[in-house]
Amino acid sequence: METLTNLALGFSVALTPFTLMLAIIGCFLGTIIGALPGLGPSNGVAILIPITFTLGLDATSALVLMTSVYYGAMYGGRISSILLNIPGDEPALMTTLDGYPMAKQGKASDALVLSGVASFVGAFLATIGLIILAPLLARVAYLFGPAEYFALYLLAFCTLGGMASNNQAKSAIAACLGLGIAMIGLDNTSGMPRFTYGNLHLMDGVDFLVAIVGLFAIAEVFFFIESHGKNTALGVRLEKVTIPFKMIMDSFWTMIRSTIIGFFAGVLPGAGASLGSFMAYMAQKAIAKDPETYGKGNPRGVAAPEAGNNAAAGGALVPMLTLGVPGSGTTAVLLALLMTLNITPGPTLFADRPEVVWGLIASLLISNVVLLIMNVPLVKIFVYVLQVPPWVLLPGVTMISFVGIYSLSGSYFDLLLMVGFGVLGYFLRKLDIPTVPVILGILLGNQMEDSLRRAMVLSDGDWAFLFSTPIAIGLWIAAIGGFIAPMFLRKVLKKPQAITD
Amino acid sequence: MASDRIFGLVMFAVALAYVASAFQIQSSFLSDPVGSKSFPILIGVVVMISSLVLIAKPDADPDWPTSRTFLMLLVATITLIGYAYALKPMGFIFPTFVAASILSYQIGPRIGPALITGAGLSVGLFILFKYALGLGLFPFPAGMIG
Repeated sequence: METLTNLALGFSVALTPFTLMLAIIGCFLGTIIGALPGLGPSNGVAILIPITFTLGLDATSALVLMTSVYYGAMYGGRISSILLNIPGDEPALMTTLDGYPMAKQGKASDALVLSGVASFVGAFLATIGLIILAPLLARVAYLFGPAEYFALYLLAFCTLGGMASNNQAKSAIAACLGLGIAMIGLDNTSGMPRFTYGNLHLMDGVDFLVAIVGLFAIAEVFFFIESHGKNTALGVRLEKVTIPFKMIMDSFWTMIRSTIIGFFAGVLPGAGASLGSFMAYMAQKAIAKDPETYGKGNPRGVAAPEAGNNAAAGGALVPMLTLGVPGSGTTAVLLALLMTLNITPGPTLFADRPEVVWGLIASLLISNVVLLIMNVPLVKIFVYVLQVPPWVLLPGVTMISFVGIYSLSGSYFDLLLMVGFGVLGYFLRKLDIPTVPVILGILLGNQMEDSLRRAMVLSDGDWAFLFSTPIAIGLWIAAIGGFIAPMFLRKVLKKPQAITD
Repeated sequence: MASDRIFGLVMFAVALAYVASAFQIQSSFLSDPVGSKSFPILIGVVVMISSLVLIAKPDADPDWPTSRTFLMLLVATITLIGYAYALKPMGFIFPTFVAASILSYQIGPRIGPALITGAGLSVGLFILFKYALGLGLFPFPAGMIG
């Protein structure tokens, strides 16, 4: 069994005391990041990247730390959803629907434990799915030439634009904004400067970490100033935590079904965890015998979105690792981390750097067990952390962002750029323009252009080459379908708003 | 309605300027069939089309904050810009104290806690970054003993 030998290699990397310690630290930080409203997973991972970088961790350690933060944040998001009716991050929105009513009925600890177990089932099975599917997809990915890659990048922007936003024109603008920013700097092929306007700082292009931290973290500060830090968690208490065995057994099949749905939603490039939790919840409600109890504190309504959300988080790693195309906003940030570490994701990663890939996968399995322990018996710790007031938290996040970005290059120019992106992010989010396509555009822009240009060199300028293979045609159809279909489905699949009361 | 239309117009103008400057990109003797200009021009054209769609079919307006809040956001932006410029010449502690206090005051408007937050964050983060994470930060302006 090749997979088992690979896994053994992975565990030999991941079970060293140092890596194990990083995984535990990552899980802890991640759960806090996920739980705190206003500090989502992409945000949290983005702020931590420059700091990891300056710590001088090697590639495997940095990846282990960041992916355990990523998984941890997915677990943590549910805590504030259930206790406060405020999703700690976007995918946790669906958990508020039944989680908060359960908390109001005095079953907060049951809801937390059940959702913790559901998160574990989702994330664990999705990691198994990743182990099975990723090497297969890596083999298919060898068949990809520049034309296929160009179509694949397009597919990522289209599905992301189609699913993640309410208005296709807006997500197209967002993606192009990112692509346009990526063009700044020296042209990879000809070596001529583009859009630098004589500014030397712009010669190297815009660092995506600057953009990510600006768009997510700094923009968040502006939102908190606008709302004066309402939505705070001061004064939440949790009684004794017990394990509701019957409830967990009753929702076992719900978790399995939601995991499968969530995993495939996550694998779709660009769709991500929010879609996973949304589809898992809707599917569960559709097949339930008692659909009227959903939204009123049905335990299955808590288990379904949490399993779906965490399974999608695992699924999103599949395209990220095998094709270098992220499946969600946070995996886009993880991709940025890989690029910073000089690791090129893609099929060759599995052949050239098996210790990185399998070490990562093994540490995901370990993180999951750690997270189950942290999130079920020790959940009370995180409820205390929720009580950090925003007027301490947000200035702290800002200062950490500044130091992180400053330590990357030591230039004030990047800091100014980051503030600029913060202001941009504020207005984009106000106008309901998704910011994830902007990040994806900055991240993938140069590769997308390169693959187009390489394809044209191969075909000597014949544009029909872009549609010359079955894989390319399939990707084009999926891209166009993914962009157009939500226009018609939007009426049927309306995203529910958070309950207000 | 109006917000999306204004945004559409702004983006259209930006895209136009972008395409115009894409035409100015110097070609090099190393050329390929696509060249340095085509992809940026393509991006600009997609933005123009999307902007026109947005102008034709705008969404409902978001809840814009009051002008007082906008003023506060402006103050926050200026604070951050000032902080960006001050971080290198003035050392870590003093600019961080000022910037963190201002931001903290803007989120939870009480002076006492804001100043304590600023002091705590500047010293606490300095210790964390300098000694736990080993970043090369300077606590005070160069020339002062520190």
